[in-house]
Amino acid sequence: MGWYHGKSLVPTARDFFIYGGGIFFEAGGVGMKVGQELTGAEILLEMLQAEGVRYIFGYPGGANLPIYQHMVNYPSIKHVLVRHEQGAAHMADGYARATGKPGICMATSGPGALNLVTGIATAMMDSVPLIAITGQVPSSQIGRDAFQESDIIGVTMPITKHSFLVTKVDEIAKVIKEAFYIATTGRPGPVLIDICRDAQQAKTIFKVPERIDIRGYKPTYKGNPRQIKKAAEALRAANRPLILAGHGVILANAQEELLRFAEACNIPVGTTLLGVGAFPVRHPLSLHMAGFMGTGYCNHAISETDTLLMIGMRVDDRVTTRIDSFAPKAQTIIHVDIDPSEIGKNLRPTIPIVGDAKTVLKQLMDELPSMPPRTEWLTLIERWKEEFPLRYPKSRNGFIQPQEVLEAIYARCEDKAIVVADVGQNQIWAALWWNYSRPGLFMNSGGSGTMGFAFPASIGAKFGRPDLPVWCITGEGGFLMVMQELSVAVEHNLDLKVAILNNRNLGMVRQFQDSFYGGVRHAVDLSYMPDIPKLADAYGCPGYKVEKREDINKVLDKAIAYKGPVLIDFNIDPEANVYPIVPLGKGLLDFWEAPE
Amino acid sequence: MSKTRLIAMLVENKPGVLQRISGLVRRKGFNIESLSVGPTLDPTLSRMTIAIHAGSQEIEQVAKQLNKLIDVVKVSDITDEEVISREMMIVKLSVSSGKRDELKATLDLVGGRILYVGRNHVVAELTGDGDHLDDVIEVIKPYGIKELARSGAIAMVREAKTL
Repeated sequence: MGWYHGKSLVPTARDFFIYGGGIFFEAGGVGMKVGQELTGAEILLEMLQAEGVRYIFGYPGGANLPIYQHMVNYPSIKHVLVRHEQGAAHMADGYARATGKPGICMATSGPGALNLVTGIATAMMDSVPLIAITGQVPSSQIGRDAFQESDIIGVTMPITKHSFLVTKVDEIAKVIKEAFYIATTGRPGPVLIDICRDAQQAKTIFKVPERIDIRGYKPTYKGNPRQIKKAAEALRAANRPLILAGHGVILANAQEELLRFAEACNIPVGTTLLGVGAFPVRHPLSLHMAGFMGTGYCNHAISETDTLLMIGMRVDDRVTTRIDSFAPKAQTIIHVDIDPSEIGKNLRPTIPIVGDAKTVLKQLMDELPSMPPRTEWLTLIERWKEEFPLRYPKSRNGFIQPQEVLEAIYARCEDKAIVVADVGQNQIWAALWWNYSRPGLFMNSGGSGTMGFAFPASIGAKFGRPDLPVWCITGEGGFLMVMQELSVAVEHNLDLKVAILNNRNLGMVRQFQDSFYGGVRHAVDLSYMPDIPKLADAYGCPGYKVEKREDINKVLDKAIAYKGPVLIDFNIDPEANVYPIVPLGKGLLDFWEAPE
Repeated sequence: MSKTRLIAMLVENKPGVLQRISGLVRRKGFNIESLSVGPTLDPTLSRMTIAIHAGSQEIEQVAKQLNKLIDVVKVSDITDEEVISREMMIVKLSVSSGKRDELKATLDLVGGRILYVGRNHVVAELTGDGDHLDDVIEVIKPYGIKELARSGAIAMVREAKTL
């Protein structure tokens, strides 16, 4: 079974916690100075150590210096000095996605904290467990417009799962414990902890909260048995059943359950962009990615299904395109999500099920252990696969096609590398032109669409998984937004490869202007770019430029042979476009295919 | 159907909770028509009543989102229940001494009470549901309303069940 690799690369955050109403904590663990008088900064570090934190991606400044003063005494926690705080947030995000453990970023008050904002929003949109720790001006100065004061709690309220303002040293231990619990359980998300400098410096007797019980926070993991029964009955009665799987399947570590259920019941599976990897792409039942830039055959299946099971996804506009074109013939729509507010937000299901993807899939399998194949339906799908295959023009004016680059990289690491894509055309190419056989191989900023995500996130991913090759697939635009972090990659000699798919323009915007905005190309020209090999040289790592197709393999081999960061500037077809694509404002079946 | 809907909530009595709630309602595209917050028997909890003009599916979504806030302990849409709802109004009326008795008689009829009598004005309080207070305003308008302060609604379900 070449296409299926079984186990996920990523243990989920939830594996580290106990299900249920509260968590129990072993007070006085190894190295914990319980009962001693410590500063707030030391208590913070003790708690981080006890949580198993290995990396903090951060930047010091006036309001968090007490933490840095004591950090040197905690050698198990390694601080990675970023070059811009946005990089810290994305690195922590990439670390979290690659390991399933919460990623930690740290910044000072005011501008430091504000620079984290884009990264926190990115983690929020993609349900990534992230802990952002910011220094705040002393509590007596709050509200006085003190130097480097900003109301980061107020600023981040809409983009965090929760946040804490700590003004007193006695609150720190409990807040850290609650923050990790909230960030990693239920639907994961970022939690911000803003700690006043005086609370970092004040001393108190270090006590660890033994039990945490947050009365306003009780995630539901198990699906309602009556609803499960109804869902099973609907699927049993279906002639054209279909599963769409989202990020929730990966976060719940439910890929094996999904595979077993789909196989036992012979139900085809499509995924969302963030769900790529939840189901093996080359499995005969796989429909690959759905939606706006999804495969034609998946979109056809959505249009014709009579019974749709959506699991761990939030039915966003990039999946549905025009909402009335989404599953118009479905008699029954079953929506499973751990977040009750996602159910009915964009689409009203007939059978809502609140629960964790893994638990609910197990429950479903108990109710519906197997189902004979719907031959007519599967034949229809095979026909769509033949009729609308993914394709690209192999050669146009001699230019390198981005898909060729991806295929050449894939040939060298197959499904044993992590691919971190940026945002834009490179993101969709990386999603579609790689055989992801399991979760944890592909990460990208799906919800927020944050350009500049990939490079720092790939640094975080490499810190988290030094055992795996990490490929950053980015455009020249996104790379330039964050390239200062190359210093971090060189400083730590991270064996990280950056493939810049350089088309000398802002490709996705250019494609939109060409296709949907009257062909007026404006503000998309990126011909003025630094010379990438020289830039790499300036930072202290190898860099290559690939202009001819025949050089692709040679340069890739050289890059892989070098143990450290490498930049590769692939001069690709400036007119290369993403296909299939549904024109803006149109429905799922209105997709355009790649020209022959 | 779009109408004014009432949500009753129990929330943590902490700084910033009101901002989290009002910010969320705004982010979801709704306007808060009225809001009242007060302490409960448990000093760590506050009770909040929010009136929002919305459809039933929209309010379901707002309630779910509110429930997601960590500091929100309980949320209940009580619009379609048998609800007892009260608002309070304090009103300053310009009234000469000659008309005071007539005003008092009027206020008695609508359940009002005079709190203060000045040389040429009185201050009165009134309670009732929103419609009642709207009616009262029409009745006392002729006396000359100098100033009016009105609270948001507080509400609870009539039956024995609790929030």
